[in-house]
Amino acid sequence: MEKLLNDFSVGLFAWQVLLFVVLMLLLRKFAWKPILNAVNEREDSIKEALDSAEDAKREMAKLKSSNEDLLNEARADRDAMLKEAKEIKDKIVGDAKATANEEAEKIVVAARESIQHEKMAAITDLKNQVALLSIEIAEKILKDELSSADKQKAIIDNVVKDINLN
Amino acid sequence: MEFRNSVIIVLFLMLASPFGLMANDHEESHADKANHEEVEALEMSEADVKAAKRKEYIQHHLQDDHDFTIWGAKGIGFPLPVILWDDGLHLFSSSKFHHGETVAESKGNFYALNHGKIYRTDAEGTITYDEHHHATNVKPLDFSITKNVFTIMMVGLLIFLVFARFAKSYKNNLVPSKGGKFLEPLVLFVRDEIAIPNIGEKHYKKYMSYLLTVFFFIWFLNLAGMVPLGIGVTNNIAVTFGLALITFIITQFTSKKAYWGHIFWMPGVPTPMKIILAPIELLGVIIKPFALMIRLYANMTAGHIVLMSLIGLLYVFTNWFAKGAFLGLTLFLSIIELLVAFLQAYIFTMLTALYFGGAVAEHDDH
Repeated sequence: MEKLLNDFSVGLFAWQVLLFVVLMLLLRKFAWKPILNAVNEREDSIKEALDSAEDAKREMAKLKSSNEDLLNEARADRDAMLKEAKEIKDKIVGDAKATANEEAEKIVVAARESIQHEKMAAITDLKNQVALLSIEIAEKILKDELSSADKQKAIIDNVVKDINLN
Repeated sequence: MEFRNSVIIVLFLMLASPFGLMANDHEESHADKANHEEVEALEMSEADVKAAKRKEYIQHHLQDDHDFTIWGAKGIGFPLPVILWDDGLHLFSSSKFHHGETVAESKGNFYALNHGKIYRTDAEGTITYDEHHHATNVKPLDFSITKNVFTIMMVGLLIFLVFARFAKSYKNNLVPSKGGKFLEPLVLFVRDEIAIPNIGEKHYKKYMSYLLTVFFFIWFLNLAGMVPLGIGVTNNIAVTFGLALITFIITQFTSKKAYWGHIFWMPGVPTPMKIILAPIELLGVIIKPFALMIRLYANMTAGHIVLMSLIGLLYVFTNWFAKGAFLGLTLFLSIIELLVAFLQAYIFTMLTALYFGGAVAEHDDH
């Protein structure tokens, strides 16, 4: 302790305090303030950048989910449209089928009618032909029958006999 | 051979602790000087003379000096200005002392160097001693630019240049430059590991300048002491006292009401305890910076003595195997000392921040 006190140099102490304080003031102005400010500024900017990145991420997620929604909606629309189209198609097809059936029915009926008609005409024609043939045959027979006086007289007798009977 | 070994062991034990040195001095001073010298001259073997020389060398190495010498007491170096206040300003070069061999004359007064101190003397350089072998001559106020002051100036300049340059590099770019990549983590270390945890987010900013300066100041000076120029500054009690005093002053002047409340009227304890605690707490105010001063001083001094002793042992041993072993040990301890250089700067700054934190704490929890 005695040695320590003996060795204690007031001059060195004074110089040391003076130099240290001067150094501290100089460093404060020229080093610590700019350094700490720069570091703070950088830390703030990093924090900001991180925050904005986080925001962007969130925004992206939001966008993505809304995209998904849109897609789903579109898909649903498409499905609905397809369904509707199918219905319409089915309806058209059904209608067409019904119309065609009707048409066919009509054609068949008409055909049947015309067939009937033709048949009747044919029958009538046939009847006329038969009648004509019959008259011709009758004429020929009559001519043949009335060619001689005996035969005429037999016929008249026959007719008169018939009348007498009445 | 056995005798030599025991001498070495004694030497080592003496040199290994600063208190050993002091105790030795004390004994010597009590002995009858004349008688002592006579006996010494008769009994001192060659090895003893060498050992005594080594011890002197180590002590000299730890002391401040008026010359800037790199190699031994009279080795390579250059003189520094001597500034004395002795009924007027005396300014002259330390080369006038011729390493303490001659008396320097300035404005009609004569001054002589004795064990690194300047005393006023006469033309013949007479130094009178009291019974404790202390010089009784008048000691003028010595504000010389000594080796330590010169080193502080140089290291201070270095710190300033390094950090001013580093600060400038931020002007163009917020990303640190090459050198800044090394320095910035250290600055952030002081801020994030020392200042903020101990002082708190709210108040730490106003202390940053001091904490950063004291951290780098101590660290750089410790490192400067590690280079083989022999310019240990932080192993000087005047330097550590100066630093501790500034810490003390800042603590007291920035303290809040709660700090004094805790010293004089400790809240939350019974009244008799408050009365007992007040003087203890008040004493603690002084003891805290005092411990700072002693811790740094003792650590650096001890480190230097151990290293110097090991280097000394290199010369004591003639055995090459032992020389190699001590060389390895010296290297190992040098690396440890590099760590200690940082550690002591950290501890000083940490505890300073802790005291600042105590001064501004608001104690909402009570």
